[in-house]
Amino acid sequence: MLNKYPLWKNLIILVAVVIGFIYALPNLFPDDYAVQITGARSSTEVNSAVLERAVKALESDGIEVKSSTLEDRDALIRLTSSDDQLRARPAVQAALGRDYLVALNMAPSTPAWLKSLGAGPMKLGLDLRGGVHFLLEVDMDTAVGQRLEAVSGQIKRELREERIRYRGGDVKGTRDIILSFRDEASRTEAFNLIKRQYNEFLLDEKTVGDEFQIVLTLSEAEVSAIRKYALEQNLTTIRNRVNELGVAEPLVQQQGADRIIVELPGVQDTAQAKRVLGATANLEFRMEARQDAPASETEQFSFRNERQRTARLERDTIATGNNVANAQQAFDENGQPQVSITMDSIGGDLMNRATRNAIGRRMAVLFIEFRTETETRMVDGEPVEVDKRVVEKGIISLATVQSALGSSFRITGLDSIPEASELALLLRAGALAAPMYFVQERTIGPSLGQKNIDAGMMSVALGFILVLLYMLVYYRGFGVVANIALTINLMLLIACMSILSATLTLPGIAGIVLTVGMAVDANVLIFERIKEELKSGVSPQLAINAGYSRAFVSIFDANITTLLVAIILFAMGSGPVKGFAVTLCIGILTSMFSGLMVSRSIVNMVYGGRRVEKLSIGGKLANV
Amino acid sequence: MSDDQKQKFDFMGFRKIASVISITLVVASIVLLGVRGLNFGMDFTGGTSVELEYAQAPQLDEVRSTLTEAGYDQFVVQNFGADTIVLVRLNESGNDQLAPEIVSVLTKNGGDLKLIGSEFVGSQVGDELKENSGLALLIALAVVLIYVGMRFQFKFGIASVVPLGHDVIIVLGIFALFQWTFDLTVLAALLAIIGYSLNDTIVVADRIRENFRKMRVGESWDIINESIHQTIARTINTSGTTLVVLLALYFFGGEAINKFALALIIGVVVGTYSSIYVSANLLMVMGVSREDLMVPAKEGTGEGDEEEQPPEWLDRM
Repeated sequence: MLNKYPLWKNLIILVAVVIGFIYALPNLFPDDYAVQITGARSSTEVNSAVLERAVKALESDGIEVKSSTLEDRDALIRLTSSDDQLRARPAVQAALGRDYLVALNMAPSTPAWLKSLGAGPMKLGLDLRGGVHFLLEVDMDTAVGQRLEAVSGQIKRELREERIRYRGGDVKGTRDIILSFRDEASRTEAFNLIKRQYNEFLLDEKTVGDEFQIVLTLSEAEVSAIRKYALEQNLTTIRNRVNELGVAEPLVQQQGADRIIVELPGVQDTAQAKRVLGATANLEFRMEARQDAPASETEQFSFRNERQRTARLERDTIATGNNVANAQQAFDENGQPQVSITMDSIGGDLMNRATRNAIGRRMAVLFIEFRTETETRMVDGEPVEVDKRVVEKGIISLATVQSALGSSFRITGLDSIPEASELALLLRAGALAAPMYFVQERTIGPSLGQKNIDAGMMSVALGFILVLLYMLVYYRGFGVVANIALTINLMLLIACMSILSATLTLPGIAGIVLTVGMAVDANVLIFERIKEELKSGVSPQLAINAGYSRAFVSIFDANITTLLVAIILFAMGSGPVKGFAVTLCIGILTSMFSGLMVSRSIVNMVYGGRRVEKLSIGGKLANV
Repeated sequence: MSDDQKQKFDFMGFRKIASVISITLVVASIVLLGVRGLNFGMDFTGGTSVELEYAQAPQLDEVRSTLTEAGYDQFVVQNFGADTIVLVRLNESGNDQLAPEIVSVLTKNGGDLKLIGSEFVGSQVGDELKENSGLALLIALAVVLIYVGMRFQFKFGIASVVPLGHDVIIVLGIFALFQWTFDLTVLAALLAIIGYSLNDTIVVADRIRENFRKMRVGESWDIINESIHQTIARTINTSGTTLVVLLALYFFGGEAINKFALALIIGVVVGTYSSIYVSANLLMVMGVSREDLMVPAKEGTGEGDEEEQPPEWLDRM
């Protein structure tokens, strides 16, 4: 038994170690303080002229600019200190105006050659960098209820149009509408009408006393469709609003069937964040003013995307965004993009009344945004940030009315699919599909974040050093091998987390610490086995080989079961627990690699291929 | 192992005493859980917590009386990590504006303080979390039972799951006894304990299996005793390195993961003990025998391998 590793195996280990080193490296470079500039809406481009203006504004304020870069959709200005960063934001915002959003950010200072390899540091979780975490719950009962109300109104109108006499028609419970009729004939007629047009309902005929009833029950599929739609709708709306907050790297994510997580790194003012998230944008449908309309009855608005283009609209509003039930991008008969709009029953009535005598005129959709702007005012000689509510109105569509409109109509003549989907999105973004409540909230101050990082790093470092000493004292030469393997393990773990861009949280750091403690287990098992073999009189070379191969089964079983538990933890856990589970999972895999392959490779290099009398493995028993 | 002249410690000789201790601890824990219950953290109960940093260390009594005057009841005021940092916990979970209210009440009363962190958890979220957590623990145990049952043998499956339950219950019992806060991080620690204790149990079980196949003579008693002997150095060393890092985490990891580290420390100690005295003990009680562990004869070979060979791909490693 020579215990030589073939060249290719050593090469694999070398490659893994080198790759691990490269991808773990970016974590050693501290982040730069930076401000990030993005366009306030998707059509606003951040170009070099904008960046230059911002940099000039900073220089004239005496703020040192480390570097400035222009990326795809945004620009980044790196600064030297956190004080500069706080001063820089209002300065840049003032210089650029409100077409641009300026956010505080921490920019990784990964060198260019590392970046070109795709390497970057781990992302820090909210508990480490500070920020706000919200959990919002969508009120699904209301979403379903609103939909029922709308449909019930529609059905009643149609029954009236068909001159079928009915009573009731109210929403009962969470899923039913009950209609009563005087005789069986009118009930049958109504039944057929409803059945033809509203297939989302299950219909049931009942006779109570001398009343002939139809019970409409919303089908399970329809209820879940409404819920799904409400959640998606609210997600979209929340995303738009979060973008408005100008936070670098916000997170908006669905959790479960009816919850939304919002994480805003760097934000400290929960009140402002909540105001913006809870705020509403809205829509108004208005007719274009006639040429001869008196000026007092008209208002001039510019288009949302082309500020210089304007139109004169009537002051009267036909309907608002609250009446919009749905808006979808679709295609017309000629394959041209269009937007199909569905109004609720009230909206449909209003629309019909306003348009039946206005065929040939143009109708505008006005988008109204309520936004909060922070303005720096001088109070008693000191700058104070004041929040200001701003209402901004812009036309998003101006289209000719082809025929009297009802509760569903479409806007055609759009130039492109993106234009149509943007319009549909804006129509939908008007209002939340269902009310939302804050069910969880967590604010982590930046000082607390820094404290957590320091505490975490301290315990990783200390735990690591203590384990190194323990192994060195107990296993001597082999302890050194285990320590090298452990160091490589820690490096690989950090590299893997960086490559997967896993988020590092405080429990995640705890996971790393725990992995450090448990990772030596594989080596302990192997070394104890080698000692045992030596004790039973086997030659050192054979003992090494037997130690590694015999211990493998135990190591494998033990790690697989722990991995299973970690996976369950990941699947079931939320937030902080997930972070812990991720590090534990990766840690188990890297520790198996380093504990088995890396340590074997080193042992082979030291002892392999020659006659060995004695192994430096600690304890009397090694001296056979 | 004839060259070992030392008198061997008779592990299994203590098994009766150990059984009594284990059963007593588990029963005591269950009683404690029933009587005192767990002091659930806000993650589970819902509520509001506000973390404040004062310029100078405040008198906690004054903070309490200020809050009482302002009309709050059912709150806890305590120092958190440092004497200038105060944590206020309220049970109320319906009002998400509570944190700013508390800050303004205390500031009005002359406190020079700033808000460094706040948390609000709706009560419904807490209830769901409790349910899901219990489920996660049960699923983890079930998966372990199935895996070990398949890899080893059903008796081993039982012998590895029971100690896990034993460990979890005892850690919970200690948390109930001292009324330490049981929050989400402690739950994560419990699952990590399952992982760790299992690791230990498997290593011992693995050696027992190996020895049953290798040693032709000897009673179950001797074989199990011998197996524990062979693995005890490893058990102590791995527990030692793990405890060392956990102590580092406990003393320097900060307030936020303090209870996490504590739960793990207890878990590692109990887990190490249970892998010897609960798991091996159970194998004795269930009367594990050589026949249980014979590798079933494979087709074509006629006779099963006496010793489980490392997989062939290991030789290439």
